[in-house]
Amino acid sequence: MAAKATRESFGETILEVAEKDPRLVVLDADLSKSTMTQAFMKKHPSRHFEVGIAEQNMVGMAAGLALSGKVPVLTSFACFLIGRVESIRVSAAYNQTNMKLVGTHAGIGIGEDGTSQMGLEDVAAMRALPHMTILQPADHVETQQAVRWMIEHKGPVYIRLTRQKMPDVHAADYRWKPGVIDVLWEPAKKPAKYQATIIASGGPVPHAIEAAKAAEAKGFAVRVANASSLLPFDHEAVARFAKDSQRLVSVEDHNVHGGLGSAVCEAVAEHGLACPVVRVGLRSFGESATPEQLYEKYGLTAPSLLEACLKNL
Amino acid sequence: MPTATSAPADLKTLTTQMRRDIIRMIEAAGNGHPGGSLSVIDLLTVLYWKFLKHDPKRPDWEDRDRLILSKGHACPALYAVMAYRGYFPKEQLMTLRKLGSPLQGHPDRLRLPGIEFSTGSLGQGLSVGLGMACAAKLDKKDWKTVVVLGDGEVQEGQCWEAFMAAPKFKLDNLVAVVDYNGGQIDGPVKEVMDIEPLTDKLRAFNWEVQAVDGHDLAALEKAFAKAWAAKDGRPQAIVANTVKGKGVSFMEHNIAWHGNAPKKDDADKAVKEIENGR
Repeated sequence: MAAKATRESFGETILEVAEKDPRLVVLDADLSKSTMTQAFMKKHPSRHFEVGIAEQNMVGMAAGLALSGKVPVLTSFACFLIGRVESIRVSAAYNQTNMKLVGTHAGIGIGEDGTSQMGLEDVAAMRALPHMTILQPADHVETQQAVRWMIEHKGPVYIRLTRQKMPDVHAADYRWKPGVIDVLWEPAKKPAKYQATIIASGGPVPHAIEAAKAAEAKGFAVRVANASSLLPFDHEAVARFAKDSQRLVSVEDHNVHGGLGSAVCEAVAEHGLACPVVRVGLRSFGESATPEQLYEKYGLTAPSLLEACLKNL
Repeated sequence: MPTATSAPADLKTLTTQMRRDIIRMIEAAGNGHPGGSLSVIDLLTVLYWKFLKHDPKRPDWEDRDRLILSKGHACPALYAVMAYRGYFPKEQLMTLRKLGSPLQGHPDRLRLPGIEFSTGSLGQGLSVGLGMACAAKLDKKDWKTVVVLGDGEVQEGQCWEAFMAAPKFKLDNLVAVVDYNGGQIDGPVKEVMDIEPLTDKLRAFNWEVQAVDGHDLAALEKAFAKAWAAKDGRPQAIVANTVKGKGVSFMEHNIAWHGNAPKKDDADKAVKEIENGR
């Protein structure tokens, strides 16, 4: 299938789910064209709540709808939605309301609009909240299944989606499981010890696969794993990788502090393992440029990832 | 059929008893918020005995009316009302703020059945009430949602996002009550951040607004009756003019009693005044 932004896959999937599940309602804060809820809005106008540029109120209204039996899906850019973290803390997490927070425009992958529109700290904020689930699917089939699961799951969920198109990294018959890291790519010959295992999430996932292929061409064994669930996090998988790899490389389009990179380090440390971790991601704000230029500049493309895997081996 | 109509004739006596219990439970807790609890108790009493459809034996009854105490710090008043309405034994009031008690320092819906929303972070309750009222409209149900806000609380920006949104969704099934006691932690509301002219502001936001003496039970009853009858799509606001610390001379209008617990001497004095109905 042609590459598709995970925000598009989300928009299509909620439209399908809405046909069968009358509990599903959608709230928007003036970004429905970008978060891909317009089709839902047109099909189900009475189940759609446009609240204007007022994200805090959207979070609170979603809590009230959830407490009255609805399954509210509320969307905005990741930075604007999760920026209302205290409202989310109380109205979503503390009250354990069944709301589904959808943050699109994750990371520097949005490009030209620049830092103020980039979700770069949202995962860190949500990881600190009890009762929260965080998902970041990497392609179309994964997003479809993650969205369907999210609607069925009881409790607050945050799903982080891309603006940019994502190529398929899974087979069409892939069965997604929540809370599990799946291996996307292995070298043809299984090594006694991998030079590196890349644990990727979201936008950088295809670049990680490209890096692993380049490593294989140079005679190195690099595996690529995909962390589509950031909370709960698959500590067991990370521990397995830490035991059979010389190093782990985490890569995310997000700040490494509090994001996937932190989660990987926590898993390694809590298992008492001595595997080094190289964290690739943002350590600063972003800036304006094309998405491709930014991915290159901030080290999220294959050449940089290859270097992270093999440097000083 | 559980209704509010099984009320004893004398709500005044009830408010006296509950005022006394508010003082005693906060005294026992060693901390808490007497001022705002004493200002809000009368309006909560009228709501819980005369208006709200609810069933203490079935707190999750689908067709109940919902009340959110958005000014969560006044929960001693709500706990007293709930105990007297039979949600839990009155003796339990004295466990307020103690380890393991369902009576948390601010209301917690997951620990105490009958609490609709866990509050304490000011500014969020009205938005949640909007969501509930939207759900009732969507399901064509006639239950009401009442949100009780503090006057200082409306300084929060989120409140105004919610005030702006409610008329858009034609929520005439939503009643916002402002407990206008004039005080907040750092001083008089007027000085900390004046919210005047509040009724004009709410009218300008397309709400139907009534101002009422928040300690006059008959006047409150009349105002709620009017709000309950609304059918024209306009959300209903009631600005209840109240006295912080109402019923205890040395607490009235005294910011020092916003968040301070009385020691035994003061508590005894307060209870004596309440019982003498000064």
